[in-house]
Amino acid sequence: MVTETEAEVEAKFEEVAKRKSFLSTCRELIRKQPLGAFGLGLVLILVFTAVFADFLAPHDPVQENFDAMFLPPGDPTYILGTDEFGRDILSRLIYGSRTALMVGLICAFTGATIGLIIGVASAYFGGLFDLIWQRILDVFLAFPLIVLALAVVATLGPGIQNVMIAIIFVKVPICARIVRANALAIREIPYVDAARALGYSDARIILRHMVPNVMAPYLIMLTAFLGEAILLEASLSFLGLGVQDPTPAWGLMLTNAAEFFEGSPWLAIYPGLAISLALFGFNLFGDAVRDTLDPKLRSR
Amino acid sequence: MSKYARFALALAVGAGLSLASTGPADAETPKRGGVLNFVVGSKIPSYDGHIEGTFGMIHPIRPFYSSLIRINPQNPQSSTDFHCDLCVGEVPKGEEGGTLFKFKIRDDVKFHDGTPLTAADIKATLDKIVFPPKGVPSARKAFFKAVESIEAPSPTDLVIKLKFATGSFIPALAMPFNFVYSKKDLDEHGYSWHRTNINGSGAFKFKEHVKGSHVSGVRYEDYHFKGQPYLDGFKAISAPKLAVRVQAIRGDRAAIEFRGFPPKQRDDLVKALGDDITVQESDWNCVLMATPNQERANFQDPRVRQALTLAIDRWGGSQHLSRIAIVKTVGGVVFPNHPLAATKAELVALNGYGTDLKASRAKAKELLAAAGKSGMEFEFNNRGVDQPYKVVGTWLIGQWRQVGLKVKQRVQPSPPFYATLRKKKDFDVSIDFNCQSIINPIADISKFLGSAGNNYGNYLDQELEDLYNTLLQTGDEKKQREIIRVFEKRALSDQAHAAITLWWYKINPHRSYVKGWKIAPSHYLNQHLDQVWIDK
Repeated sequence: MVTETEAEVEAKFEEVAKRKSFLSTCRELIRKQPLGAFGLGLVLILVFTAVFADFLAPHDPVQENFDAMFLPPGDPTYILGTDEFGRDILSRLIYGSRTALMVGLICAFTGATIGLIIGVASAYFGGLFDLIWQRILDVFLAFPLIVLALAVVATLGPGIQNVMIAIIFVKVPICARIVRANALAIREIPYVDAARALGYSDARIILRHMVPNVMAPYLIMLTAFLGEAILLEASLSFLGLGVQDPTPAWGLMLTNAAEFFEGSPWLAIYPGLAISLALFGFNLFGDAVRDTLDPKLRSR
Repeated sequence: MSKYARFALALAVGAGLSLASTGPADAETPKRGGVLNFVVGSKIPSYDGHIEGTFGMIHPIRPFYSSLIRINPQNPQSSTDFHCDLCVGEVPKGEEGGTLFKFKIRDDVKFHDGTPLTAADIKATLDKIVFPPKGVPSARKAFFKAVESIEAPSPTDLVIKLKFATGSFIPALAMPFNFVYSKKDLDEHGYSWHRTNINGSGAFKFKEHVKGSHVSGVRYEDYHFKGQPYLDGFKAISAPKLAVRVQAIRGDRAAIEFRGFPPKQRDDLVKALGDDITVQESDWNCVLMATPNQERANFQDPRVRQALTLAIDRWGGSQHLSRIAIVKTVGGVVFPNHPLAATKAELVALNGYGTDLKASRAKAKELLAAAGKSGMEFEFNNRGVDQPYKVVGTWLIGQWRQVGLKVKQRVQPSPPFYATLRKKKDFDVSIDFNCQSIINPIADISKFLGSAGNNYGNYLDQELEDLYNTLLQTGDEKKQREIIRVFEKRALSDQAHAAITLWWYKINPHRSYVKGWKIAPSHYLNQHLDQVWIDK
């Protein structure tokens, strides 16, 4: 006869409770944030597609087939048709999601995190340090995003790495400015004074006591930046400054399609649709995260 | 037949003949008036033809200038039919074994500022091109290596003495970049004045240049070809994007683009505009090639370079790539269909030109394996211009992939692209091009010499240099052809210093009301616009 200890029973109970809790959380999310849940669904599809591109893509995305140039959608071998080099559009879209997601994640995370550090440090130290950083950020914020990104890529040269640097570059000031505003309020709360009085180092106060309290705006911006970074990468690739052929990327597919759009509109429609859906997903998800984390909006 | 019937028949035949003879002639009689709007897809680095080499300068600026001689505007496809522009009569044949050329200069030509043009102006111009003082750039100085002296004994006499006879001299003289400047301007303002100022003797006077927008010119009433130009003026509209240029013609904001459109755009315009569009097509004296950097260890072994060229399916590319890019013709170092060009039988004997693609690619793999470079990875440097650079670049990468090479593309805008080729030299393999104006094979193939200023392979092949020097001294065309075949085999096949892709194919769809312009085998030629008129 198998007997269970009290601890084992308790652990099983907690596991079931956790499972229920996750399911109920999902249900609650769908009930409270149906659009957010839909957005999350799109994002998860994008992630799934990017991760399993090798299995999902019916063809090699860079394999040219000149006997099948400009095939329209509906072909049994090439469901979404082929491009000017006879490459399978569906496969290029699937692999393109990798580029989009990689750029989106790296740029959004790096940009938001650097912005977080600068913003919190600027608020915490104040004085001349704050003044100098804010004026530097003012300069960058004075330029429209795409112009600033173009300037950075023009200086560094085209290519995916430089495009990512450009996107990070334009995201940092935005995040830093918003985080600083939140951190300024936190700086005045007594526990920060208490930590200082206890002799904690500046780094410890910033990392242990201030950063956790500005995580809400940070996460909101992180999700918002994901979509924006994907759009910015697509825009720069469209202008010929980002990813280069034959690497599959949605913006690049769009720019190549521009020459042949009249006769072969599907070349532009599918990558355009992919960019729109990805952005739509990230934006809905980001809005839901904001609604959930923002105490003012939560109470509504 | 009765006399009435004979009379009626004669009347009918006479009327028919008269209609047949007058009808077309009336239709082709040039009309005066109108402004020609055309689009230009590149910027103007400077106005100085002697230092520039881009159509972005030639198309808007050439109509302001004259040259000593030029191609026959009515027969621009010919590589030997040259006409006097500023000289009188026929283009002179060389005397003293082809080493002395005496030109009689027109006495009725004036610069746009009113200064009379004399042989002294042409001498000053040619001195600037052929014997530029130290520090003064001259893009085509190398084309005039054979020139010993230029003299202007009188205002209407110009004498050019060569060190040795060469068939490349007259074609070099007819190049459209050789704008004739006023000696007075050169003396008073210096050799860099023409980069930012215009004072020519061409068919049109400069009106304005609004940077990023347009260049416009108005008819020069004192133009030396009386009755010409027919146009009141022209406006060269800057439009870097292909889609914008196509739409400009479609919407009749512009009547023509002189460089050339891809086939797909031609088809779209013809489909949309029908008879309102006329299409002129021609082989193009321009070719793209892949040039390995022989300073890099991977490309010092000829077997690796041979593998690069063996992987390319030129015959298939000619069929397929010509549907999406402005390239078409398979050829060697010489402009296809020229008497000095290789025949198909001669081409297929070269590495990479064989018709058995499988065998070529198998050989490429073997060579790579023998060189220890199977599956080699490298970067391909390309220019950020869609047609045909990026299209051909992407195609090349696909071709090399077929033999196991892993290639990444680095696309750069023109200034850093040129800096990579000329100064930094930090590339593995780069797209490279040989675009010339006048078809002048002996001068054009100097591109493949390691010592040439426009060669970016970073090698010195003495055997090739010696062959070229022998070629320069050879007057007999049959002998020239033989030497060029040996030169071609060494440059493209044995040493594979460069892998030629496909020669360009020029397609100029234009509004049917544009008359008098004939397509040339180069986008630099026939751009003086004095023969062009508008039939509206």
